[in-house]
Amino acid sequence: MQLFKDFINGLWNENPIFRMVIGICSALAVTTAASNGIAMGLALTFVLTCSSILVSLLRSVIPAKVRIPCYIIVVATFTTVVDLFMKAYFPALYEVLGIFIPLIVVNCIVLARAEAFASKVGLARAIADALGMGLGYTWAITLISMIRELMGAGTLFGYRVMGEGFTPWVSAILPPGAFIVMGILVGLINVINRKTAKRTQCH
Amino acid sequence: MAKELFFIIIGAVFVNNFVLSRFLGQCPFLGVSSKTETAVGMGMATTFVLTMTAVAAYFLQNYVLAPYGLEPFLQIVSFILVIASLVQLVEMVVLKISPALYNAFGIFLPLITTNCIVMGAALLIPMYKYNLIKSIALGLGAGLGFTLALVLMSGIREEMEFHDVPEALKGPAIVFITAGLLSMIFLGFTGLVPLG
Repeated sequence: MQLFKDFINGLWNENPIFRMVIGICSALAVTTAASNGIAMGLALTFVLTCSSILVSLLRSVIPAKVRIPCYIIVVATFTTVVDLFMKAYFPALYEVLGIFIPLIVVNCIVLARAEAFASKVGLARAIADALGMGLGYTWAITLISMIRELMGAGTLFGYRVMGEGFTPWVSAILPPGAFIVMGILVGLINVINRKTAKRTQCH
Repeated sequence: MAKELFFIIIGAVFVNNFVLSRFLGQCPFLGVSSKTETAVGMGMATTFVLTMTAVAAYFLQNYVLAPYGLEPFLQIVSFILVIASLVQLVEMVVLKISPALYNAFGIFLPLITTNCIVMGAALLIPMYKYNLIKSIALGLGAGLGFTLALVLMSGIREEMEFHDVPEALKGPAIVFITAGLLSMIFLGFTGLVPLG
């Protein structure tokens, strides 16, 4: 039950993108097409899960004073793994995501979960939390990228969705679109949360 | 050469502003942009570290990583370590040389290690194959661009406190939308610098 709670936490209550608003550099930059969103999300989930496992296993070994540099090294190692893997097997995708794959190393989400969660709990809970956070990040940026792709190009995952008469709103793919779509989504999620909070109060 | 350097700096500040069009350094852009005073301090501290990092990244890349063929698998690890220790070093030096300056932007320094604008600029230098002078120009330009975006945003946010923002958009949401409008303004600078 506790594990399930840890897992769900990242998906909605403490969703890194919409609720905590951390690690959003990549969420804004790579979300020009839906497939980029999924790829970036899975890359981050991998790094987050692996580093949470290692940090949780090493939590009694790492001295408290140098813990941050230790976490950074762990995260950097797994980021290199993802970086080399994507460069070798998905060169086209790697080209599009650009420096945002190596930049996972300075993504606040990974370091924040290592410091605030994985270093304090056992292996099973650390994995549940990392998977929840990673998938929470993935659905959030996939949603953003689907909206941007749909409005900016009229396609979804590369397939034409909008009819012939649709005029693409190019701004959605350009930088301003990222900020505006993100702002409106964060606002919407706030509204939904306020509604559900009120309902639970009434009962 | 001078013309090229000018274009690199103008490009990093206006045309491809590191915050508003390359999306680097979003966390401090949202976190420390509520007051102009702190925004200026953070911007200056980041510019300082960015310029130093550009120099360090250039030497690390061209004299250590590339000659020994370590680039593919040690680049990320070594860059982040150099940035972390550089930030620590800058903090100690500033504290020793000028306590007044330390009070002004010392508290922002530890935050800069995980600011992706620093790591991003460091990674762009080997990608663009810049020489030392151009690397410094890129670091400086990135820092100035970051400061400009931060100060603009803090000015708007200070003004926004006196206005009615819809309840749901309070907090980060309205900041994103404001940033979107700012970014749209910066799109107007496209074409200011010739491509390539």
